[in-house]
Amino acid sequence: MTGQDGISTVQDSKTDQKTDAAHAADAPAVAAVNVGKVFDGKRGAQVVALEDINLTVARGEFVSLIGPSGCGKSTLMRLIADLDQPTSGELTVFGKSAQQARLDQDYGIAFQQAGLLPWRTVRQNIELPLQLHKVGKAERTERSTELLKLVGLTDFGDNFPDQLSGGMQQRVAIARALAESPNLLLMDEPFGALDEMTREHMQGELAHICAETGAAVVFVTHSIPEAVFLADRVVVLSPRPGRIRAIVDVKFSGSVERTEHLRESDVFFSSVSEVREHLHGSADANPLGVDN
Amino acid sequence: MTASTTPTMRVETVPHSGGKTRRFGSRRSARPGRAAAWRRAILGALGIVLVGVAWELYKLIGPEKGFAIGDLILLPRTNDMSMPHIATMFERLAEPLTGASNSIMMWQAVVDASAFSLYVAAVGWIVGVSVGLLLALIMQRFRTAQSAVLPWIILSQTVPLIAIAPLVRRWGAQIQFGDFVWENWMSVALIASYLAFFPVSIGALQGLNSPDTNHVELFRSFGVGWWKTLFRLRVPASIPYLIPALQLAAANAVIGTIVAEVSIGLKGGIGRMVIEFAGAAGGDPGKPWAPIFGAVAIGLIAAGAVGVLALLVRRYRRGETNA
Repeated sequence: MTGQDGISTVQDSKTDQKTDAAHAADAPAVAAVNVGKVFDGKRGAQVVALEDINLTVARGEFVSLIGPSGCGKSTLMRLIADLDQPTSGELTVFGKSAQQARLDQDYGIAFQQAGLLPWRTVRQNIELPLQLHKVGKAERTERSTELLKLVGLTDFGDNFPDQLSGGMQQRVAIARALAESPNLLLMDEPFGALDEMTREHMQGELAHICAETGAAVVFVTHSIPEAVFLADRVVVLSPRPGRIRAIVDVKFSGSVERTEHLRESDVFFSSVSEVREHLHGSADANPLGVDN
Repeated sequence: MTASTTPTMRVETVPHSGGKTRRFGSRRSARPGRAAAWRRAILGALGIVLVGVAWELYKLIGPEKGFAIGDLILLPRTNDMSMPHIATMFERLAEPLTGASNSIMMWQAVVDASAFSLYVAAVGWIVGVSVGLLLALIMQRFRTAQSAVLPWIILSQTVPLIAIAPLVRRWGAQIQFGDFVWENWMSVALIASYLAFFPVSIGALQGLNSPDTNHVELFRSFGVGWWKTLFRLRVPASIPYLIPALQLAAANAVIGTIVAEVSIGLKGGIGRMVIEFAGAAGGDPGKPWAPIFGAVAIGLIAAGAVGVLALLVRRYRRGETNA
């Protein structure tokens, strides 16, 4: 009996996978339904990091997560990346579980620290994920040459990370995240450690890269102009417990390319102030950052 | 000699993590590097000369009979028996070992004994490094193993070497299977490895655990397992910690070999020679120094060999930079 049960479950899961695959073609990049995350604190105390997160990120869509520090925006990104697991709700990435999406390399990730391996050249760093997944040498070289060009570091392929500036290192990290042509990019304050000028320049480059690759992006930041400049939608989170307070649509007319003069447009300013209003005392008028 | 049972065990030599300044182009260009290397070599040679000068200077101006208050000797005697001229030490190397007509030269005997001891130390080093690396790997993989094994590793180094030497010899004498017979030099090598494994296990563990969460999570996001993370991340990252550990292990293996040769009574090595020749100081002041030079040479060769190894893995010692 048990044997038969076993077989039938195997068959079930197979058919499930088939329907998943059927769904996957039109499944959104990220779908979160009532997702919550509770951390176990000291002495049994529980910290609610995220609560009732309902969010859908469409394919090719750029979504910024913004909120004061400690609001759980990084946690949400880590749940999508399967670096942490939600304690409640359901989270799917391209119609699959977050874990399956991670194993299938459906996303590329970049952190605040570039996190390059110091003993590898720029090119070898970009090729790292390809090498780990046993992509052939010729193909690897071809791909890394492409990516070096994309991030404007063609002349620096043979340099080591410690010979690059912070902005250049971060560009290498982005190239590495793009190495396997993922349909989803996860970025956790990738420009947080850069100076303002480099930062604005990098934002322009990222917008350009995203337009070129057509990948969906979940971008964590605590800079309002950065969130607005880059994103199609800005998700504003409230702190402890992290909840979605508002979602602001940034309506730049048509599919206009994000260039520097966008920063002076009226839409940009109105979106910035809208996000700011949501961040600072809205209906529930809690002075942020002074909770507890 | 008993003091050498607890050799220097400081392994907290953390690799340089600086280098926040932005550099373009190759910062290791040939010319300034070569000049610095020359300066280092000259300063190093100068240091050795300085020790010799200090020796001869004290011999010249120090009191012939030394200076003592009661039994407490404050200044050593400077006569030719206690403090031979440096020239005497080297001259003795070029003279025959014994008065016999067919005697080999002293330097030849020292080279033979040194080569033997170096061989034993090298075997001990290889065994010790292998065991140390294996222990570090197991401790990295299983946290419970770390809690269970680490205290024993530290405890192992508190046992005096001269206490375990006779035990090892006695146990070894009982080992015999087939044509294999446990020989005394193997006991010496085993004791050398006993001292050598310690810095390696501690240094390698620290090195394997050195990648920060950022890198570990990156590899997790790539969906690769422990082995790939080990070979592509943890092992390369551990090199800067491993090199000083291997150097300590080399020094420990040499010390362990020489001390164990004495405690076990193994003939043919430099340790035994040191003891034998020490008695000759009365009539032949240059003689005890010959094996000491041999011991110094072994140490230098051992350290140099690891130095060459370090050159081969230079690229893994690049400083990590923050964005």
